[in-house]
Amino acid sequence: MFMGPYAPINLVGLLIQSIFIENFILANFLGMCTYLACSAKLKTANGLGVAVVLVLTVAGTLNWCVHQFITGQGALSWLSYFGLNVAGINLNFLEFLIFISVIAGFVQVLEIVIEKFAPALYMSLGIYLPLITVNCAILGACLFAVTREYPFLPNLVYVFGAGMGWWLAIALIAAIREKILVSNVIPNLKGMGITFIMTGLMSMAFLGFTGIKLANPTGTEEPGVEVIEQDEVKTPKS
Amino acid sequence: MTQKGNLHYLTDQIWSSNQVLVAVLGICSALAITNRLSVALTMSLSVTFVTSCSCFFVSLLRHRTPPSVRMITQLAIISVFVIIIDQFLQAYFFAIWKVMTVFVGLIITNCIVMGRCEGMAKNVAPWPAFLDGMGAGLGYGLVLMIVGAIREFFGFGQLFGIQVVPVSWYASAVHPNAYENFGLMVSPPAAFFIIGMLIWISNATVTKEA
Repeated sequence: MFMGPYAPINLVGLLIQSIFIENFILANFLGMCTYLACSAKLKTANGLGVAVVLVLTVAGTLNWCVHQFITGQGALSWLSYFGLNVAGINLNFLEFLIFISVIAGFVQVLEIVIEKFAPALYMSLGIYLPLITVNCAILGACLFAVTREYPFLPNLVYVFGAGMGWWLAIALIAAIREKILVSNVIPNLKGMGITFIMTGLMSMAFLGFTGIKLANPTGTEEPGVEVIEQDEVKTPKS
Repeated sequence: MTQKGNLHYLTDQIWSSNQVLVAVLGICSALAITNRLSVALTMSLSVTFVTSCSCFFVSLLRHRTPPSVRMITQLAIISVFVIIIDQFLQAYFFAIWKVMTVFVGLIITNCIVMGRCEGMAKNVAPWPAFLDGMGAGLGYGLVLMIVGAIREFFGFGQLFGIQVVPVSWYASAVHPNAYENFGLMVSPPAAFFIIGMLIWISNATVTKEA
């Protein structure tokens, strides 16, 4: 349950895979709204990046527990210790509702705790926290981790890496956007338009990583499902 | 307000204040699942359904929801409709559901849904809210279909999975210099470029009208 078929070296591979190869913004397009709205200043971007890494790591772990003990197939079998025979019940359809509630609840609690114990941190981080609830990167990472059925430690590494990758991408684009303010861009393309095109170029650079597979446990096939882009790249043969 | 007065809620959202191009919301799924038209169409219809229904119910409950818990209430309403869509697609369109994987679930955090609930539905009556949500969903669908059509046409030479570019045009061993599919269109960066260009077009036309 903690490591599954993964060796320690696979965890390093998984970390690299989730930060660079399957970067959440540049390859999976998750968390775009916040990424576009809050990337005008590098300082803001860094604050948001830290918050995302923190929330994603903890919420990802909590949701792993939810999947493992409440909503997964046969996950309720632990209730048989209390004499309840409910192993056949599958609560899979409640997953979305529980996951989003866990994320929203955790963010709310975190906000209260930070405000109480670290007011300085709250001033710099606090305003971004409510935004994170509706950041698709958080829910997306939790759902990806569940579909791929990672054991506990690989799941922890995966969600942490996903957050780090998100931070990396938003920090990069924020730095570029600070510089592009002084450039002479076509008026109608200013702001969002040019940001998209720059993100496209960054994404092309990160495309160089595709095809490298580091996350598989040694000697086995890729667990779970592939990302759609990877299945569909094959062009039809005439 | 008359029926006609309400209708502008629907039509405004489709182009002149299109949520994707003007407000830049809901980008994630607009980029991620637009390399096939059939998937893009399913996604547009699902989002339209979720947005309009959840706007309606958020608006219905707007006097009973205390401001402090309104986010979580909205999320709960939205996720109920997303679960309905998810189960429906699993039951009747399993092949498409498998391609969309987590993106069905991600409609919950699609900023358009949340944005319309927060920006519109909690202030107006249920019927305008419903129309507004539906307009937002349709405008989003329009962008998805445009991007999907461009990507599928150039990337696969197909539309809705039907071969459009004649097979005889393709490069083969006999004619090595003939037409080839544009591989970049299938991969992530192309989506960014296409949306960037669409924003450009939209900026150019909307400012001209104003």
